[in-house]
Amino acid sequence: MHYVAPTTVGEACSLLADNPGSRVFAGATDLVPQMRTGRLEPSVMVDLKRIDRLMSVSHADGRWTIGAATPASDLTHNAAFTAMHPGISEGAGLIGSDQIQNRSSLGGNLCNGSPAADSVPGMIAAGARAVIAGAGGERTIPVADVVTGPGQTSLAADEFIVEFEIDDPAANTGDAYLRMIPRTEMDIAVVGAAVRLTMDGDTVSAAGVVLGAVAPTAVRVPAAEAALVGSSLDDDTLAAVAAAASAACNPIDDKRGTIEYRTQVAGVLAKRAAVIAAERAQNGA
Amino acid sequence: MTATENPTNYKWVGTRPIRHDGFDKVVGKARFGADLNLPGQLHGAFVRSPHAHARIVSIDTSAAEAMPGVKAVVTGDDFPALDPTHPNYDTAVNCMARGEAFYHGHAVAAVAATTKAEAKAAAAAVEVEYEVLPAVLSIADSMADGAPLANPNNHTKFAPPGDPSNLATITNLARGDVDQAMADADVVVEMGFDCAHVHQGYIEPHACVVDYGDGKANVWCSSQGHFRVRSMTADVLGVDNSKVKVVPAEIGGGFGGKTTIYLEPIAAKLSEKSGKPVKITMTREEVLRGSGPAPSAELRIKIGATKDGELTAIDGWMAYGVGAFSDMAGLIGAMSVASYKFPNLRMETYTALTNTPKSAAYRAPSAPHAAWAIESVVDEIATELGMDPIDLRLKNAAVEGDLTAMGMPHPRVGLVECLEALKASDHYQSVPAEGTSRGMAVGFWFNIGEESSATVNLNEDGTANVITGSPDIGGSRASMALMAAETLGIDVYSITPIVADTESVGFTDVTEGSRATFATGKAVVEACEDLIEQLKARAATIMGVDVGEVAWVDGAAVSPGHGGGEGGDPLTLAQITAQAKRTGGPLTATASLNAAGAGPSFAVHCADLKVDEETGEIEIVRYTAVQDAGTAIHPSYVEGQMQGGSVQGIGWALNEEYIYNADGAMENASFLDYRIPVASDLPLIETIIVEVPNPAHPYGVRGVGETGIVPPMATIGNAVKAATGVRMTSLPMSPPKVLKRLNER
Ligand SMILES: Cc1cc2nc3c(=O)[nH]c(=O)nc-3n(C[C@H](O)[C@H](O)[C@H](O)COP(=O)(O)OP(=O)(O)OC[C@H]3O[C@@H](n4cnc5c(N)ncnc54)[C@H](O)[C@@H]3O)c2cc1C
Repeated sequence: MHYVAPTTVGEACSLLADNPGSRVFAGATDLVPQMRTGRLEPSVMVDLKRIDRLMSVSHADGRWTIGAATPASDLTHNAAFTAMHPGISEGAGLIGSDQIQNRSSLGGNLCNGSPAADSVPGMIAAGARAVIAGAGGERTIPVADVVTGPGQTSLAADEFIVEFEIDDPAANTGDAYLRMIPRTEMDIAVVGAAVRLTMDGDTVSAAGVVLGAVAPTAVRVPAAEAALVGSSLDDDTLAAVAAAASAACNPIDDKRGTIEYRTQVAGVLAKRAAVIAAERAQNGA
Repeated sequence: MTATENPTNYKWVGTRPIRHDGFDKVVGKARFGADLNLPGQLHGAFVRSPHAHARIVSIDTSAAEAMPGVKAVVTGDDFPALDPTHPNYDTAVNCMARGEAFYHGHAVAAVAATTKAEAKAAAAAVEVEYEVLPAVLSIADSMADGAPLANPNNHTKFAPPGDPSNLATITNLARGDVDQAMADADVVVEMGFDCAHVHQGYIEPHACVVDYGDGKANVWCSSQGHFRVRSMTADVLGVDNSKVKVVPAEIGGGFGGKTTIYLEPIAAKLSEKSGKPVKITMTREEVLRGSGPAPSAELRIKIGATKDGELTAIDGWMAYGVGAFSDMAGLIGAMSVASYKFPNLRMETYTALTNTPKSAAYRAPSAPHAAWAIESVVDEIATELGMDPIDLRLKNAAVEGDLTAMGMPHPRVGLVECLEALKASDHYQSVPAEGTSRGMAVGFWFNIGEESSATVNLNEDGTANVITGSPDIGGSRASMALMAAETLGIDVYSITPIVADTESVGFTDVTEGSRATFATGKAVVEACEDLIEQLKARAATIMGVDVGEVAWVDGAAVSPGHGGGEGGDPLTLAQITAQAKRTGGPLTATASLNAAGAGPSFAVHCADLKVDEETGEIEIVRYTAVQDAGTAIHPSYVEGQMQGGSVQGIGWALNEEYIYNADGAMENASFLDYRIPVASDLPLIETIIVEVPNPAHPYGVRGVGETGIVPPMATIGNAVKAATGVRMTSLPMSPPKVLKRLNER
């Protein structure tokens, strides 16, 4: 097994193209545990953290550009980003622990392909895009289209994510991410829910609702979004949001939670996240 | 916080010196099981059964032996076949299967190679052919008519010889007339409960290095008792005890789980075969799959009471699932029923075998299960009668002379004092915070004595080395030093407490049953008392007086009217040791004993908690543990034991459980999914030490290590009932289970 640390996107692309079985990594907080248990044995480990473009956070032209290998703590400690996208920041801030967040990246969280990844629902709710590099050049796709199933992505073997683009939200927008774990930290989401709302006075004018850990990939819940838009988050609306969220679940029964439990709690978290998102939208986050 | 600390104004006992082994532990110099490396050592790896129950048709090690770096491979055939009635037969078979694998994870073969990676690769290349046998995976399956045998070598203990059985013990206890008492009772509550297997969760995985040479196995390992490692290893190898030497490493937690062995004889045999030292360390996954969890349990408890709160009868049925080998869990469960007077009692208990890992001790083994059920039912009775739960318990609390379920009279015990201390506490006197509800429960553990030895050597400069054979698992070095300092009358820091190997100190039983400070402490005190007699005799020689005229006061010999050293001052211990050469040579003493009179320890816990009724999550916001320590030799370590037991019990109550799939494989064999509590899950565990001295110990010590794990499950269950009206009857009370019950409400 070899380790390489290219310093340009092009170099990384050639390494991937030239070495079948090679693997990019950022924090390696998913990769190393998977190698330890023998699930993965990359031929070449391509470290993305030496490429400047993958290690930066910037704000220009009405959008944030976040290097795909940037540690989560660079986002959670970025006050301007957190003020604008508190839900994404709090999702990233739930990953593991301080030590993990000093290594773990949004690119890794997404491309590991876990349905329970904590930063993913918030990014999808924000309409974030992934800029992907490969031997054939760069392309940009919605984050929602990257993961296709547990551990699977739409990326070709020689592709990787360079950065994420997140547009600045419309005025009076707020987002929130909640997850259920049986402990208070160091656990994997049994259910996750991100909600992003734009408010017009007391009325919701736009909504995004995305669930994690309740289906093979993170799922948007259009029925919950439809229930929210035009409402003022009265009890009936929240009940409808909860019901729609539960209905969108297609979870598994496993050691982390039952189908019944995940389905019910997805509704609870969706409605609770909606309330927080609305408060943030109205109070300027 | 302590209620009546230091009652007799001891100088050292009851103080909180910095532990003698603290510096090494803080700076990382202390050497734990995996820290020793010997030149040329090999690394061992196991082949483990992928089936819960299977006949081993054949094992082909030839491919593994041909792999790079491989120096030795062993299977069950490399070990002597012990007679099935040998006391360590099960241990031997658990260390390495012989012809039949009894659980998923059971060791079937092992490899030693130059590197860990080579050993792992070679282990994967060992070819084992299995014939899968029917597996018994639950207590109900085990006890069902016509159930397949989990282990054909098991026979019911204390029963007339007969066919093999899935039951290891059947215990029937009775007194009074339970049926009549139930018929006469004003209130009768009956409920069924169950508990999943839980693991001790010690942070340090099992580890050892064994260097076999000249017909002798030299073992370095961390354990709760190196003399037991010696005898078990010797038996599994089929050699005399003297052919095994065990050097104790520091121990990173055991909680009962390191009172047995898994690795040492295997490493010894690999070392013998390869001619090199062999090191084996378990991974966390191996610890969970291949070492011993606490039993699972199914329980049914019925209690009758009069309307003024007298508990008149208990009728109990308790079955413990202990894994694939004989165990006494059911009998010990019966022994743990001892908190209330219960004039009428019937207890039927069973120890049932299942094809899961062999149970090991876990803090007050079997008592937490029983207390969870009984204390939940007692709480129901308090609610039905509209009585304060402490008052109900005070009315029925066992005192000296009352009988345990086994019919043994209690010695002086402190349950009433513990209940009163909780009742008077700031916690119980406060109103639960907004949105929180309160529960409390009682726990009991009998504690044990057993054999201990201690040698105390006085040095020329008046310091002392206190040498024992009790591994220091909870601060016992500091406690030994405190008791020696108190007895001799010298500074606690002038004492060096040492845990010595099996060839450097007299036989000492395992650190278990909360016995080290009690029994080994008693040996230390007796050795110090012997030294005082010797010191007085030396002083008499120096002073030129009769020994009968010398007294020992505050660490010095005094002889009123005769003066001591120059100027007539008392002769200090250091002055006497400085003159040892001319008064008869070095001053040393050894005491050995089989300690009688272990003092039972009661605990009473109280929790305030919140239940999120939409997600089933439980958040504990305040927790107080009260416990009778007899005398707290080092109060910080007593509090540490109380807090540690509470936290492990809270984990057991909330989320910890072995999750098995339909084939009997553990699905959550990692600390990610076997959910022990993390620090942020817990409030400060407040402690109140009660001191009702144990008359059978020179300083009044009762063991304190175990009782703390007994009350938390019912304490939390009772608070959940108060919060939601739902009585949880299945452990753990994990969010999915709680939410399900809330939905059904
Ligand atoms: C103790 C612990 C606790 C954890 N807790 C959480 C938690 O609470 N919530 C949570 O969501 N996760 C958790 N995780 C998982 C992990 O930390 C996160 O998924 C993290 O965000 C992964 O980022 P990384 O940079 O370390 O990924 P890596 O391990 O470096 O990579 C993960 C995968 O993504 C691929 N990859 C990485 N970067 C790119 C890229 N730019 N383009 C294409 N593919 C890429 C890699 O090839 C690999 O397959 C935890 C992990 C640990 C060890």
